[in-house]
Amino acid sequence: MATLIIESNHPSPDDFYERLIAMHRGLSDEESALVNAKLILLLANHIGDPEVLAQAMAAAREGVRAARAPGAV
Amino acid sequence: MKTYVNPVYPYARAAELDRPGAQRPVVIVGAGPVGLAAAIDLGQRGVPVVVVDEDRTVSVGSRAICYAKRALEILDRLGCGQRVVDKGIGWNVGKVFFKGELVYRFDLLPEAGHRRPAFVNLQQYWFEQYLVERASALPCVDLRWGSKVVAVRPRADGVDVTVATPDGEYTLGCEWLIAADGSKSSVRQLLGLEWEGQAFRDRFLIADIHMTSNFPTERWFWFDPPFHPNQSALLHRQADDVWRIDFQLGWDADPEAEKKPERILPRLRAMLGDDADFEIEWASVYTFACRRMQHFRHGCVLFAGDSAHVVSPFGARGANSGIQDADNLVWKLDLVLKGQSPDALLDTYDFERTRAADENILHSTRATDFITPKSRVSRTFRDAALALARDCPFARRLVNSGRLSLPAILADSPLNTPDRDADFARGPGAMVPGAPAADAPVAGPSGSWLLDYVGGVFALLCFDAAVVRSDVVALAQDAIPCRVVEVGGARGQIPAGFMTQAPAEARPHSPHAATPAFTRIDDVDGLAARRYDARPGTVYLLRPDQHVCARWRKFDLASVRAAITRATGNS
Repeated sequence: MATLIIESNHPSPDDFYERLIAMHRGLSDEESALVNAKLILLLANHIGDPEVLAQAMAAAREGVRAARAPGAV
Repeated sequence: MKTYVNPVYPYARAAELDRPGAQRPVVIVGAGPVGLAAAIDLGQRGVPVVVVDEDRTVSVGSRAICYAKRALEILDRLGCGQRVVDKGIGWNVGKVFFKGELVYRFDLLPEAGHRRPAFVNLQQYWFEQYLVERASALPCVDLRWGSKVVAVRPRADGVDVTVATPDGEYTLGCEWLIAADGSKSSVRQLLGLEWEGQAFRDRFLIADIHMTSNFPTERWFWFDPPFHPNQSALLHRQADDVWRIDFQLGWDADPEAEKKPERILPRLRAMLGDDADFEIEWASVYTFACRRMQHFRHGCVLFAGDSAHVVSPFGARGANSGIQDADNLVWKLDLVLKGQSPDALLDTYDFERTRAADENILHSTRATDFITPKSRVSRTFRDAALALARDCPFARRLVNSGRLSLPAILADSPLNTPDRDADFARGPGAMVPGAPAADAPVAGPSGSWLLDYVGGVFALLCFDAAVVRSDVVALAQDAIPCRVVEVGGARGQIPAGFMTQAPAEARPHSPHAATPAFTRIDDVDGLAARRYDARPGTVYLLRPDQHVCARWRKFDLASVRAAITRATGNS
């Protein structure tokens, strides 16, 4: 079973983060939310592995409101 | 202030007020950390230098407090590192908190075997005072307090500087002018030179408090803490039980009102608790910017430190980079003054240090953008990275409370000789051409650290009997001499035909005449060989500022001489 990578996997984390924020430059909040959603869908498709995606979703949901999201593993 | 009284240095009437003086080799404007470091370095080389400063004291307020390992190593070469370290508070560990919870800790110097810690915190006034005392002990350094530069006139072969004093104005002529007069540089303004960059829309309160506390000596950074919601806070310990606290205030804060004790005290009480016993030493509200001049050399005028470039304070990249500017500049200026290098060598100061400034500006801009997000989505990503940081190590690498000052690696400098031997280590921490020399514990005649044996002049680090006697003599007798430092294995076996002490005929021409042409040191823990990826026979050529400029697996006299020719701008 594949495991979600939680150790740093970016060759240069600061370069990545700067590019991520720059991607949103000049956008409204709604536009940013749309761009983020598209980005997640693109990356999820690239990853493909349902096990990894489920682990990522659980980690992302962790600590945000007490109740578990419906369907979370 | 309770813990420090600013000294008042004597103003003396300048001889030039009564008769025109001779042309000076170097005048430095500004007796701050950078101007003083440059003056001491020149003074140690026997170059007469006049330093003018409009004030008659050191920094008012603690200002730059975090001095990085590389700056301390430079100060060691300048003869004041130990005082700064003894007085200051050394630290290696930082902690990051989010909403009151510790999310991670980092150690900036996780390995042993370094003389200096990652950082020493010391109030700028102490730092400057030690440098003033060191400079004053050098016969070549002429410190002139209460002396303000009011005009700068470049000539074809130098600069005329008009200095205003309580007794009137006089003119100082010099071959080279170093403008180390800070972010509001009069020299830059008098010459009508511009700099470019961006100002940040945020305000910060700095409060220095005197408090006896058993907080650990670590850098603590809070994002959105309960005691200061929606903003950030930073805590540093300084000397004499003085603590520095930075509060992010936001752009809409009123800087005058926020400086008042009745506004500061509730913020401190919320953070430290009602029982904490403290007094406010000094407070200031500031904004910041990242800017630099396009070039740091303008003819015979050389800009160094904040006059040339400024950064936001997160990462301690201001004073630390300015001290590296001075370190980079002075040996080059010395060679040009002696006629041993063309003045184009000073263009490499501009080349190397503008790149270093860009690196510092990049890091400090990113930290500022993380601490003060410019949009809602940027704030969301920041909080997401912080929320993930406790459990997911990758997210810690995204959290940016300041990327703390590391020395610039001058990898693309034209002074470097590119590696010919392909099997040398590269990548982070490797001693590639351009990297500052790594320290290591050693045993030897004049100190127990490798960096005690290099710097000031060119030095060839030779691992395990790489150089024969006649070549040591040849290098020592060259016009631009190079000393040989033989690094032996821990067992110290020396093959026949190699030396154990300096040959008597090796007499360097350098002003560092006391420095032997040959020294043998032992790599007691094997760390020097490891850090330099050395095998028996490996040699490293180090510049006078301790940066690597060439390396080989096998010594060859002609190659070393060619690399020195290149590193001195003579090729």
